Amino acid sequence: MSKLPYEVQTEPVTPLSVLSLDGDVINPDYMPELTDDQLKEIMYRMVFTRTWDERAVNLGRQGRLGFYAPVSGQEASMVGSEYALNKDDFICPGYRDMPQIVWHGLPLYQAFLYSRGHQHGGQIPEGVNVLMPQIIIGAQILHATGVAMAFKKKGEKRVAITYTGDGGSSEGDFYEGLNFAGVYKLPVIYAVQNNGYAITTPFAKQTASLSIAHKAVAAGIRGIQVDGMDVLAVIKAVREAAERGRNGEGATLIELLTYRFRPHSMADDATKYRTKEEEAEWALKDPLIRFGKFLEKKGLWTEEDTNRVKEEAKAAVNENIKKAEAVEKMTVAGLIDSMFETTPKYLEEQKADFQ
Amino acid sequence: MAQMNMLEAIRDAMRVELKRDSNVLIFGEDAGKVGGVFRVTEGLQEEFGEDRVFDTPLAESAIAGMAVGMGIQGFRPIAEIQFVGFIFEALDQMFVQAARMRYRSGGRYNSPIVFRTPFGGGVKAAELHTDALEGLALQTPGIKVVIPSNPYDAKGLMISAIRDNDPVFFMEHLNLYRAFKADVPEGEYTVEIGKANVVREGSDVTIIAYGMMVHTAVKAADELEKQGIKAEVIDLRSLVPLDIDTIVASIQKTNRAIVVQEAQRSAGAAAEVIAQINEKAILHLEAPVLRVAGPDTVYPFAQIEDLWLPTPARIVAAAQKVLNF
Repeated sequence: MSKLPYEVQTEPVTPLSVLSLDGDVINPDYMPELTDDQLKEIMYRMVFTRTWDERAVNLGRQGRLGFYAPVSGQEASMVGSEYALNKDDFICPGYRDMPQIVWHGLPLYQAFLYSRGHQHGGQIPEGVNVLMPQIIIGAQILHATGVAMAFKKKGEKRVAITYTGDGGSSEGDFYEGLNFAGVYKLPVIYAVQNNGYAITTPFAKQTASLSIAHKAVAAGIRGIQVDGMDVLAVIKAVREAAERGRNGEGATLIELLTYRFRPHSMADDATKYRTKEEEAEWALKDPLIRFGKFLEKKGLWTEEDTNRVKEEAKAAVNENIKKAEAVEKMTVAGLIDSMFETTPKYLEEQKADFQ
Repeated sequence: MAQMNMLEAIRDAMRVELKRDSNVLIFGEDAGKVGGVFRVTEGLQEEFGEDRVFDTPLAESAIAGMAVGMGIQGFRPIAEIQFVGFIFEALDQMFVQAARMRYRSGGRYNSPIVFRTPFGGGVKAAELHTDALEGLALQTPGIKVVIPSNPYDAKGLMISAIRDNDPVFFMEHLNLYRAFKADVPEGEYTVEIGKANVVREGSDVTIIAYGMMVHTAVKAADELEKQGIKAEVIDLRSLVPLDIDTIVASIQKTNRAIVVQEAQRSAGAAAEVIAQINEKAILHLEAPVLRVAGPDTVYPFAQIEDLWLPTPARIVAAAQKVLNF
């Protein structure tokens, strides 16, 4: 059958990369402006996050942390995208996106309390512009849309960013959020970290679309695909999307191609659905190695620096887990009092059963 | 004082609050330019601008979710879900995200949102326009539930709901929108959320109702009076918080009670009301507390809704049953 000329045409996209796997700049046009100190700070944060992740997995095994979604492999997409924001930009994270909100200002011990299931983990300090991690996949996409609507209405030059995974792009709320942002031209960034799997389900079983970035077309917003293992490409893309948002040019969907080196969660066994070959292939793209090589060639980083940061991170994790463990235990009465601004009489009566 | 029907009273409440607080916003499907499919928000966009009162794409989850996002940034959204049956699309945002925001964040964030939705039978509407779904909200910690039965209460409760710093599910009965006019004060006044109202005093039996069923209960009370039975009718006005004290005080006087709701028997608020009566007033009861409700079926096709919904006759029969127990 002949092709109808009325059919919508789409072409595959090429992900934006700045660095080669050897750490050489292959796309100088898209090199973000960063000072040497900033470049070192980015590396510091990525190494810190990797070490924290390794320690968190161990703390989980020891029963000192509860729910935890590993992040190793996604440092470029997480750390880089947060680094590209201003402190007054607002983050609506998914459940894996703890690094972004910690680097945005949430104290690490509160991240640990969230993992342990303590209410204080969600008591975001004043002036830290983040929500608590969202468990309902897709819900945060609508919150970011509303936050962006608020910024627009107040005439503030701020953007909202929200994160989900490849699986999350199949949710109705994902499409609804993008669509609202398109209609109202909102300052919001939808970052989809496509790590190839939603627990055990591979990307090909989420969508037959050429990419997640293509889904921006349905909402009339801008969509781009980025090498999510390349921190400089991530920063370039997010900075540009944030600028566009602040300038009233609307929303951007950014697909970050990445990989998690560890299982989905502590309860998952990735060997059941992933091959050693695939893992080895992605290990070559490790964002720390790649960016580390770039910095070494510029004389900005050495192995000793990496080791120093690892020790600092371990010390910080130790200190923060102790601080988390020392936080006062919750009470049922306290939980009851946190339901409403003023505790209604029926709840006051129920408190009596727990005192 | 002005004469207003319930629809006009709700609109007047929103107008008062739009004027008083620049953070109050109204949005929903067709809520802006034409003022909603029932014209509850009619004229408000004209008066306050498209920035304050606006139309949205057709997606209930995003309407509710956008309200949550705006709520944590200091706005006070009034989000309209066009018909009650469509709240299912928005349940996560209404009953999970908004309702839990304060608790999850240990008080750091809250959801000062009013979710308005019309509901209620007797108007021969299409499927899923009229179901009494208040019971779902009743089982959801963190959201208040308000159902006015007259113009005065509707305005005062709506102003309270908008000023409340926690989410309120505000259900507006379709059959009451234009049913009658009543005196409504100009300007601002509030009716406290969580306070019931004794709409008719009596000494023989307490009839507890809300929404349209308050009027059905009053008709039943008229009927009972002809038989020499004095029924006291309580309009709950809010289901969360529930004003059990007013109910208990009445039962101490009448020693008998029935609860009337248009939701099906195992939904709605009746079971919870009866459980609380059992906990707090069992020694004052001369008979079991009975329910008058719809049968446990899907909400009926329009042609037989008058048979399905509780009638004054069914309430009279229940009252006689508890009196003759």
